Amino acid sequence: MFRKIAISAVSALSLMTGAVFAAEEGGHVEDVAFSFEGPFGSYDTHQLQRGLQVYTEVCAACHGLNFVPIRTLGDEGGPQLPEDQVRAYAKAFTVTDKDTGEDRPGLPVDLFPANTGAGAPDLSLMAKARAGFHGPYGLGFNQIFKGMGGPEYIVSLLHGYTGEQKDEAGSTFYENPVFSTGWIKMPPPLADGQVTFADGAPNDVKHMAEDVAAFLMWTAEPKLNARKDTGFKAVLFLILLSSLLYLTNKRLWSGVKGKKLH
Amino acid sequence: MAGIPHDHYEPKPGFQTWLHNRLPIVAIAYDTLMIPTPKNLNWMWIWGIVLAFCLGLQIITGVVLAMHYTPHVDLAFRSVEHIMRDVNGGYMLRYIHANGASLFFFAVYLHIFRGLYYGSYKAPREVTWIIGMLIYLAMMATGFMGYVLPWGQMSFWGATVITGLFGAIPGIGPTVQEWLLGGPAVDNATLNRFFSLHYLLPFVIAALVALHIWAFHNTGNNNPTGVEVRRTSKEDAAKDTVPFWPYYVIKDLFALCVILVIFFAVVSFMPNFLGDPVNYVQANPLSTPAHIVPEWYFLPFYAILRAFTADVWVVQLVHFVTFGIVDAKFFGVVAMFGAIAVLALVPWLDTSSVRSGRYRPKFKAWFWLLVIDFIVLMWVGAQVPNELMSWISLIASAYWFAYFLVILPLLGVLEKPLPQPATIEEDFKSHYANPAE
Repeated sequence: MFRKIAISAVSALSLMTGAVFAAEEGGHVEDVAFSFEGPFGSYDTHQLQRGLQVYTEVCAACHGLNFVPIRTLGDEGGPQLPEDQVRAYAKAFTVTDKDTGEDRPGLPVDLFPANTGAGAPDLSLMAKARAGFHGPYGLGFNQIFKGMGGPEYIVSLLHGYTGEQKDEAGSTFYENPVFSTGWIKMPPPLADGQVTFADGAPNDVKHMAEDVAAFLMWTAEPKLNARKDTGFKAVLFLILLSSLLYLTNKRLWSGVKGKKLH
Repeated sequence: MAGIPHDHYEPKPGFQTWLHNRLPIVAIAYDTLMIPTPKNLNWMWIWGIVLAFCLGLQIITGVVLAMHYTPHVDLAFRSVEHIMRDVNGGYMLRYIHANGASLFFFAVYLHIFRGLYYGSYKAPREVTWIIGMLIYLAMMATGFMGYVLPWGQMSFWGATVITGLFGAIPGIGPTVQEWLLGGPAVDNATLNRFFSLHYLLPFVIAALVALHIWAFHNTGNNNPTGVEVRRTSKEDAAKDTVPFWPYYVIKDLFALCVILVIFFAVVSFMPNFLGDPVNYVQANPLSTPAHIVPEWYFLPFYAILRAFTADVWVVQLVHFVTFGIVDAKFFGVVAMFGAIAVLALVPWLDTSSVRSGRYRPKFKAWFWLLVIDFIVLMWVGAQVPNELMSWISLIASAYWFAYFLVILPLLGVLEKPLPQPATIEEDFKSHYANPAE
């Protein structure tokens, strides 16, 4: 009896845990079936490359990625740009050298430059810094099945504009129910057909938003593929070890403990 | 070492005797490992090993993380990202360490509630219980300070809120708070001392764990019947017990392994589920997050802290009686620490002579209500306060205190317990067939 109740209590407790409880304002966030979700999900290299392109041509005008080293664009499990393209990408930036104090073209070892001029937040970790899903009743069950919802939040935000705008205290605000206060300072950044992809992938707002959200998930969690690989092996090994220990334990106790009587 | 009669280590002539006469370390290790353990322990007795494992895991991963971490307000957040991106396997180390804290608290709560149900705190195990409570307090301090180290928004504002609790003490509060912080507000000095203490406290915990184990090896383990192992002779004791090695070592390893399957699945597939997304935003003293929520394992006590607002009559009464010295804020702080204090004092609050909840029909109902109460407090601790939530947290907090201060003392007098088995062996035989048959 105790065991049964204990097990249900344990499972209830484990499901309830999570600072995810925190109820949060903000509008409805649509679930997106990203390739990197679930235990076996991994990044889609082509999508990351398209996302990088959207970031470079649109977002980078105001935002930075100051925690991301440029060299990682060539890393496995990332956009996997060839080495010459990574070099060329870095060269486009002007960087102040830490040792000489002089400006020089960027190198792959440099970080993406910070970009705070427009007051826009750094995007390196944005996909992990927002939770799209919370419910039901602030319990956080949703995140078990749908993920934390950070990339989904980005997608919903990017095409959540209603078209309304207002001027307040010398700034223009755009209505966007996905944003916490409902009014955001960022003008709608994407328009259909704004970016042209070399692979001819669809470039309407929704698709571009998904691509850039996937890219930002990678900038936030560059080791996701490796982590899941390691985890899969660890879990498999531990299941095997558990089975062996179960049999050992059963055999060991067979001399002490007979069949359960009732 | 143990009071239960059993075979002790006999050093062989030669080196073993030579060493034994100078340092009886092998004898201590032997007696610890071979201690006679009640043979009827159920699966709720595995959490001790899980906790010992957690402490080791946290120390090992923590020591390596400290090699790459920089305790400075301008560099801490970036150094964590350096660990996540550049350090070999750093992402795994950090996720194991962060989720390891959750496993640690998950296990400690089950361990504590196991003790509450089976009366493990009762004589002669009060000292084991008190040391356990000290371990729990040290764990909370360590967990809290560790959470500040990444220097995210929730790190910073969590530190501000929690150290603010000490500022609520009448008179000396602000001085104490400033002394804790190393300045007027949470800043570099705070981060530095928290890092230092976060590194120190786990070793204090390790020492307390040694005392905890020493204490219950001296009294012998409690068990689901709450009936003591017979100490009349070695033969009688052997009928009630099995040696810890190999029986419980293998059983505990099996249980630990199953728990690790779930643990590594969480670490690998949903490592941020238990964390607050806001902590991926670097600390900014100029911008307060919309909701400051502690980690899940602090939520029940955070709920009690918040439950006693200025409009509660008890708070108003105390405020009036103390001529305004005890305000709502300080009342909440006292309630929060009081909630842990009543837990520590439970050996003297429970008046029943029967140890195990198994033979206490009325106690059982109240106990499970306490478990539900704890879960409700955990849930409500994370909710945005409104009228309904305030009522829920107030009722749940009241039950927490009522259980320890009213129900447990009264139950011992009012309850008619069921008959207990005379020996562990008798109970064991009534549950399991003779293995030879």
